[in-house]
Amino acid sequence: MSRQMTGAEMVVQALKDQGVDTIFGYPGGAVLPIYDAIFQQNDIRHILVRHEQAAVHMAEGYARSTGKPGCVLVTSGPGATNAVTGLTDALMDSIPLVVFSGQVPTFMIGTDGFQEADTVGITRPCTKHNWLVKDADKLAEVIHQAFHVATSGRPGPVLIDLPKDVQFATGTYTGPKQARTENYQPKVKGDIEAITRLVELMETAARPIFYTGGGVINSGPAASQLMCELVDATGFPITSTLMGLGAYPASGKNWLGMLGMHGLYEANLAMHDCDLMINLGARFDDRITGRVSDFSPKSTKVHVDIDASSINKIVRVDLPIIGDVGHVLEDVLKVWKARGRKVNKEGLAKWWGRIEEWKKVRCLAYAGSETVIKPQYALERLEALTKGRDRYITTEVGQHQMWAAQFLHFDAPNRWMTSGGLGTMGYGFPASIGVQIAHPDALVINVAGEASWLMNMQEMGTCSQFRVPVKQFILNNERLGMVRQWQDLLHGGRYSQSWSESLPDFTKLAEAFGWKGIVCSDPKDLDDAIMEMLEHDGPVLFDCLVEKHENCFPMIPSGKPHNEMLLSADAEAFSSGAALV
Amino acid sequence: MAALNIKKGATSHSAYDLRDTHSDVESSHTLAVIVDNEAGVLARVIGLFSGRGYNIDSLTVAEIDHKGHRSRITIVTRGTMAVVEQIKAQLGRIVPVHAVIDLTTEAQPVERELALFKVQGTGEKRVEALRLADIFRANVVDSTLESFVFEVTGTPEKIDAFAELMRPLGLVDVARTGVAALSRGI
Repeated sequence: MSRQMTGAEMVVQALKDQGVDTIFGYPGGAVLPIYDAIFQQNDIRHILVRHEQAAVHMAEGYARSTGKPGCVLVTSGPGATNAVTGLTDALMDSIPLVVFSGQVPTFMIGTDGFQEADTVGITRPCTKHNWLVKDADKLAEVIHQAFHVATSGRPGPVLIDLPKDVQFATGTYTGPKQARTENYQPKVKGDIEAITRLVELMETAARPIFYTGGGVINSGPAASQLMCELVDATGFPITSTLMGLGAYPASGKNWLGMLGMHGLYEANLAMHDCDLMINLGARFDDRITGRVSDFSPKSTKVHVDIDASSINKIVRVDLPIIGDVGHVLEDVLKVWKARGRKVNKEGLAKWWGRIEEWKKVRCLAYAGSETVIKPQYALERLEALTKGRDRYITTEVGQHQMWAAQFLHFDAPNRWMTSGGLGTMGYGFPASIGVQIAHPDALVINVAGEASWLMNMQEMGTCSQFRVPVKQFILNNERLGMVRQWQDLLHGGRYSQSWSESLPDFTKLAEAFGWKGIVCSDPKDLDDAIMEMLEHDGPVLFDCLVEKHENCFPMIPSGKPHNEMLLSADAEAFSSGAALV
Repeated sequence: MAALNIKKGATSHSAYDLRDTHSDVESSHTLAVIVDNEAGVLARVIGLFSGRGYNIDSLTVAEIDHKGHRSRITIVTRGTMAVVEQIKAQLGRIVPVHAVIDLTTEAQPVERELALFKVQGTGEKRVEALRLADIFRANVVDSTLESFVFEVTGTPEKIDAFAELMRPLGLVDVARTGVAALSRGI
């Protein structure tokens, strides 16, 4: 299949051959030939954004909710530099993206030309891999390789920098089957001997726990299913990182809730006291481990990860298994069943007894109010009123994000999109647009804080233009809530720069863009207001005025171990002090 | 591993090993990294070291297979065993990296470095410099009435020793290639 075409036509043809239906982008001088090629076809839909950072977050939302790579097109110089935050976010959370950036013509590279930036240099540390293509004959192959690299092994963002003369030049198109990809083939099967060791450990462990992460979701829906089968068959408790929520259903009987800095009491204490920790596709992030030297001191640790560099990076493990979680789980189930489905029933019963005691602490309890909307209450009502719907949730970053992780429940993977590793304020709104474009008939809600939301509010125009009916549920406390909380707990209550001054009137802002605006400040009106949001056929900006001084608990202060958790004054064990061990 | 009762090397045929990496003692390691000789590959390797705070004591790069466009990067680095293991794993996940070989851990490698020394002087010092150069099997590759350029090949330690001896005899300039290394035997 050797066809002659221009570099710009190759970009469009390669996208079609890769099964791409949507690209998020913003035009500029150095990508005009590609925009011209896009103009002359109807197979690939282009979503015109208002800022390149948002284009990348949209592509992330698209990718995370579909499992397919997200695609972005930006121009040279500022177009590319604006994409850097999104690329870094996608790298930290292992999201597959293919980003195309324009570049000045090859003969001008290095001359400080207009809108020139060293894009491959700038994006080298924030992509999984990147390419500068100087020859039109090589372009198509590089694009197919880029899709292969972005989606194989541990997924991640890749970038292809395209000088303008290469877009104009004519070359030979290479199809996806002809592109050489054999040089990059990460190992997906786990070592069977190590898997057998894991099964042996599972058979005798008295206090086992599954600690799961985003790797399970990245591995695909089959991995989540296999994991559920294994968890339910063994009866082991399971907790997950922020990134892994939904892989095991929150309604499942073995579910302990999220772990980590704002994780549930029972999940963190179970991690601390377990004798066998089975890490599936998580990476011992510092928000999970707390003080590493005191992290789960009594356990034998097993780590399943497709990325060898995650093994022993933070926490030394006893049994590493390098491979794709889905493939490894398949083998674990096979071996465990073949050996007679053994577990330490007596030990497990005692272990669950202790876990039930920890659950009685009711760590998420909070003081209700009849006059002011508590943020936790707002999320409880949102959960109750959207339960059972075809629902996707995105979030911004901060207190609201942690409350959403605690109070919203996910029964399937790919339904929860949040910036975990990088913690990018401004992620959620554009991500929700990307999700909605991939799932036009679904209910897509971005749970936001007012400060995060303002960081990419220009995308309201994108929603109006493309009729994207996302619901922006803003928990407005007129504060940078998480910053305020740390200042409250760790900086003597000196609230330096942590309030939101000069906020817009959100309902008028909504009207200005042709949206529906709803404001709610009374708990009695909340249900009706949420229903009004859900019933509106179009984008809604919901300004939920909440308690301004609420702190998010439980909390493991930075650098503390799991068993030194701070609990809310409303949790059962707080007054006795027993919870603080 | 004692708690688990796993034999050392029990999974030696897999992509990882169960060698104990837990030690606070820093040591020097010579790594050979085989890469595709494509634009930016050296920047990726160096960027990894600077971005993650690892040390580079010496670095040499050259294409070793012109037809296959393969280059060999030899890096001498320093760190605890855990850090060195992490460096190897991080290098291994760079897309154009084909192999990472820890020559120091696998066996005592053959290490060689080439250096050029410019020594200025006359009279007795000049004669002494020439005499020492002979002991070190250094070649004179340039000479004027007041200077020599010596070419020395050997281990980095030998080159350090030669530099120390030349310093009081009028050493004015040094150029070193960095270490090239291969494993011993087959």
